[in-house]
Amino acid sequence: MDAIAVGSLYALIALGYTMVYGILKFINFAHSDVFVLGAWLSFVGAGIAGLDPAREASIGPWVFWVLAALWAAAGIAAVYELVLRPALSRRLDRRLPAPRWHLNLSLVAAWGSIAVGVLHLAKGAASAGFGFAAGGIILLLAMMVCGLTGFCIERLTYKPLRRAPRLNVLITAIGVSLLLQNIGQLNWMFGTRPDRMPTLLPEAELFTIGTAVRVRLVDVMVVGTAVVLMVVLDWLVFRTKIGRAMRAVSFSPPNASLMGINVDRVISFTFVLGAMLAAAAGFLFSQKYPGLNQTAASGWVLLGLKAFVAAVIGGIGNIRGAMLGGLLIGLLEFFVAQYLPDGASLRDIFVFGALIVVLLFKPSGVLGKSATEKV
Amino acid sequence: MSESRGDNSRATRGLLPGPVRSILPFLVAAALALLLHGAVRPLLPEFFPRVILDIGINVILAVSLTMVNGFTGQFSLGHAAFMAVGAYTAAGIVYYGSYRLFGDAAVHGGWISGLTPASGSFATGADMLFLGALLTGGLVAAVCGYVVGLPSLRLRGDYLAIVTLGFGEIVRVLIQSQTTDTLYDAQTIAETPVWKLPQYLGGPVGFTGLPFYTSLFWVWLFAIITLVVAFRLKESTYGRAFLSIREDEIAAEAMGIRTTRYKVRAFVIAAFFAGIAGGLYAHTIGIQLNAGELAFMKSFDIIIMVVLGGMGSISGAAIAAAILSVLPELLRNPPSVLHPLMAGLLVLCALVVLVFARGKVRALVRLVVAIGIYEGIRRAASAGGVNLADYRMILYAIALILMMILRPQGLLGLREFWNIRWVRRNTPPAKEVKAGP
Amino acid sequence: MQRSIFGAFGRIALALLLAAGLAACNDSGGGPGGSGSAGGSASTESTGDGGSSGAGGSGDAGAAESAGAADAGSGGSAGDVILIGHYASMTGKEATFGQSTDNGIRLALEEVNAAGGVNGKQLKLITYDDKGESKEAGSAVTRLITSDKVVAVLGEVASSLSIAGGAVCEQYSVPMISPSSTNPRVTAGKQMVFRVCFIDPFQAAAIAKFTTENLKLTKAAILYDQTQAYSKGLRDDFTASFTKMGGTIVADQAYNGGDTDFSAQLTTIKAANPEIIFVPGYYTEGGNIAIQARKLGITVPLIGGDGWDSSQLPAIGGEAIEGCYYSNHSAPDQPNMKEFVEKYRAKYGATPDALGGLGYDALMVLVDAMKRAKSLGGKDLAAAIAATKDFKGVTGTITIDADHNAQKGVVIVQIRNGSPVFVAAVDPSEG
Repeated sequence: MDAIAVGSLYALIALGYTMVYGILKFINFAHSDVFVLGAWLSFVGAGIAGLDPAREASIGPWVFWVLAALWAAAGIAAVYELVLRPALSRRLDRRLPAPRWHLNLSLVAAWGSIAVGVLHLAKGAASAGFGFAAGGIILLLAMMVCGLTGFCIERLTYKPLRRAPRLNVLITAIGVSLLLQNIGQLNWMFGTRPDRMPTLLPEAELFTIGTAVRVRLVDVMVVGTAVVLMVVLDWLVFRTKIGRAMRAVSFSPPNASLMGINVDRVISFTFVLGAMLAAAAGFLFSQKYPGLNQTAASGWVLLGLKAFVAAVIGGIGNIRGAMLGGLLIGLLEFFVAQYLPDGASLRDIFVFGALIVVLLFKPSGVLGKSATEKV
Repeated sequence: MSESRGDNSRATRGLLPGPVRSILPFLVAAALALLLHGAVRPLLPEFFPRVILDIGINVILAVSLTMVNGFTGQFSLGHAAFMAVGAYTAAGIVYYGSYRLFGDAAVHGGWISGLTPASGSFATGADMLFLGALLTGGLVAAVCGYVVGLPSLRLRGDYLAIVTLGFGEIVRVLIQSQTTDTLYDAQTIAETPVWKLPQYLGGPVGFTGLPFYTSLFWVWLFAIITLVVAFRLKESTYGRAFLSIREDEIAAEAMGIRTTRYKVRAFVIAAFFAGIAGGLYAHTIGIQLNAGELAFMKSFDIIIMVVLGGMGSISGAAIAAAILSVLPELLRNPPSVLHPLMAGLLVLCALVVLVFARGKVRALVRLVVAIGIYEGIRRAASAGGVNLADYRMILYAIALILMMILRPQGLLGLREFWNIRWVRRNTPPAKEVKAGP
Repeated sequence: MQRSIFGAFGRIALALLLAAGLAACNDSGGGPGGSGSAGGSASTESTGDGGSSGAGGSGDAGAAESAGAADAGSGGSAGDVILIGHYASMTGKEATFGQSTDNGIRLALEEVNAAGGVNGKQLKLITYDDKGESKEAGSAVTRLITSDKVVAVLGEVASSLSIAGGAVCEQYSVPMISPSSTNPRVTAGKQMVFRVCFIDPFQAAAIAKFTTENLKLTKAAILYDQTQAYSKGLRDDFTASFTKMGGTIVADQAYNGGDTDFSAQLTTIKAANPEIIFVPGYYTEGGNIAIQARKLGITVPLIGGDGWDSSQLPAIGGEAIEGCYYSNHSAPDQPNMKEFVEKYRAKYGATPDALGGLGYDALMVLVDAMKRAKSLGGKDLAAAIAATKDFKGVTGTITIDADHNAQKGVVIVQIRNGSPVFVAAVDPSEG
């Protein structure tokens, strides 16, 4: 059961990788760091919401200052864009530069404010005794903040490189990944101390299938949440207009824009979506393994990497493939660990070995279709 | 494309016969390295030789990675794994060979080995052992490069990155989990059959007790050899094939170049030099050979050197390696602009700017602003108790991102150090090829 | 070809020039009074820690920490100050260890300086961060010795880093005292390297003895970190000692450092039915292992080594770690530690762990040796340290033996109500 739980976590993260790859055709290395960020945010959020009686935390005043600054900047940008620029352009008789920052900034500011509001809601829920509901709200919070992060990353670093050669984007992605990791390790952010996530569920074993498979409440919650999210995503991508737009852009951005789709907006939306899923995975992970470790050299980065392997194995660019791949990798790891004598320590090697095998024999993955590259 | 053509030897063509011409740079390399080790080293204050040694090793690593990343445009993220393979192989041979031959693992080398030149003969059998070990390490790394490269170089860029990353992790885990503590009893070592010895490579603690053979001579000998080989490779028909693969793989294939074969060749050569660098690294004083440290972080360090210097530029990679080797030490204690040496350096920069820049006033203003920002950050950091060295990785990451957005060709792009037009002429310079495949 | 030679030559020249120019800016050029590196203590902020000092002449916020007689401005007054170097992991995954040790050392330094210093001279500490990497450790120690000209070096916590730094100290004949490295290789065969703590074989034997004699248990399982020398060493030594004392190892499982999921290994261990599980890793995984073991229904206690010593352990482990044991250098409720704990709390606002105590003791032992030494030269100072006998430290009575290790007892503590409580002092050399 563990395997399925871990597998669904991999699937959630793999979905993010696969969506970004489908649309932009590049591997977003920074994705696993969003996952780590999500886990730590849930931890901080839970602390602030007062879910852990041993630990008291509160929203530092700096949050309000940052938000205020953002709103102010948004306001100034809006004033510049809507009022000053036209006026001055007419006066000076030339066109002044027109960044569209006011839109982005106000979006960021609004998003941030809503996040803080949600946090207060969680606090209220927790003190009212609805621990479980508070947990769900924390999940929402983590998703929102990570979505915001994904949005910012995309706008700031990937957008200027839309037309650059793929290698450059890859290097940038690595840079972003390292940036996120190291910022997270700073003492005034999360620090390098490992810490413990307050669990929101009582420790309960539901039932046992056979002798080896134990089904625990935590696992059920993890799998359940993951499945719900995946179903929602599936519905989003295949049954809604925005989903159709995403699929169109993944086929061919120029044609999509010819059809009237705002490609920039779709790309941003995809990033945000992927980041939110990663955040959810982070939250669920912290529930399942409450001891949180931060360091870059630890298994967290490896986890993200394995999720990427899952995405590739399932067929990168293919959403259902990512889900399948996640499950497969989870099961593979589990069986290797259990049934091979030295398996537990060697399971990383097996996962990467599986990647190499798949890449050699069927590079498009299990569910993917091989595309011939046209000149 | 760079201006220089393949027949640089025109200058010496008439003077020396062919075979001598090929070997000449290596002899010069040996001479220069000896000079460095013997004559220059005693003149330097204590801490410098170590720094220069580090620079040398990083130059080898950066230049070898340029061969893969820069020339052929393939993105390899596991270069440190080859370094680890070479390091452990060389270390095993030197350590156990030393025990078998001499009965202990002290430095038995002559004058050319050891950071502080030992007295005694110029070179001894132990030095030959060390040299042999280095070359073997490089060969083993090259074989690994072949084994890894052949299947994976058929993949596209992104996948190769992941596979090489995975390979790096696999090597690390294998070394740490499958090897056990080193033996350090001469009796036991003499009794253990040779094929069992590779098991005792230290395990998680790393390989301790290695004799410190690495000296300025060895490091810079190989560094210059690497540079020469890289340069020759770039200017040869092989190099043209590599660069064409980088530009457009499909077109190159259409032109009859067997891309996979060439990519594998570049990979293997790069792995060889990385293995040698690893062997040199392992025997440096103050280094504890540990597979955990030769993992992705080290690969990333090398990558950032290559990217900063310009993918495809040998001298760029070397210069970036030098700068980035010194940077951590600098960040420990950033010097004030008023410090005499620093001030001198800045005055030099100002002079260079004055002579070469076009918009002189604008350039000077920028220089002053940069100095001001630097000093401001430094003052703020020390007053606030913030240690800049902690932010080193963040600075690297931001620098990388900004570099990719603003100046993707790095410092030098595809050009070499001597190809830069220092003085502008009236005719516009030749259009530079854009970076990246 | 011709170009390549000149190009190569030009590059060497350039590299040398760069190295010379840039590195020189940091070099004090031969004396502790230079403006470049004087006061170059690199320490990071951490919760509850007041230690910080700025570089280069600007006003020192925490001037009390680094003993104040000579400051950067009065250049070249090397005669009034004795420089001591410390290299530690102030950042990276072992940051808490390095910071604790540094705090302990600084506390000791202040006391010594307040009491008049050594032979009338004040002490000054230079701390460099090695980020948990051996290459950085090597260059930090090289820098301390060659550039800052310290008389002795303190460090490190992690054994592999101590080995790297030790090689440099050995090369330059500067004595080094490690506060808490426990791997035997750190001091083996070296003239200049000492430690003020016990070594792993000793520790493992003590744990084995406690398990067999105090707890009277004979079936143990082991879950160790195979990527970490410390863990592997403890496991090897424990297996040897435990079986010699009549116990049996029923299961021996490994994990990789940084792993989060131990259910596979724990399931195997549970099937083997041990009476106690030995987990010789760091507290980071120890807490997680305890949680997962309890979840799987394993009720037997866990016992660990001194890598478990951290205030974060009960925080991570929660109720899962209650009642578990681990070996340590000292326990905070021991009589000789009480005064130290008070002083530490007064200065840093947190309870010290054993590393803080060991750092304190390391400096005190060094100072004691300095007072007895014929001169502060490397070999004389080393001889004085080697002659340390029955020194009363806060972590116990320290005698440096012929192998340059400290003869000290091992303390076993148990987690009760979220804090480590002294249970027994074990000396495996008797019986």
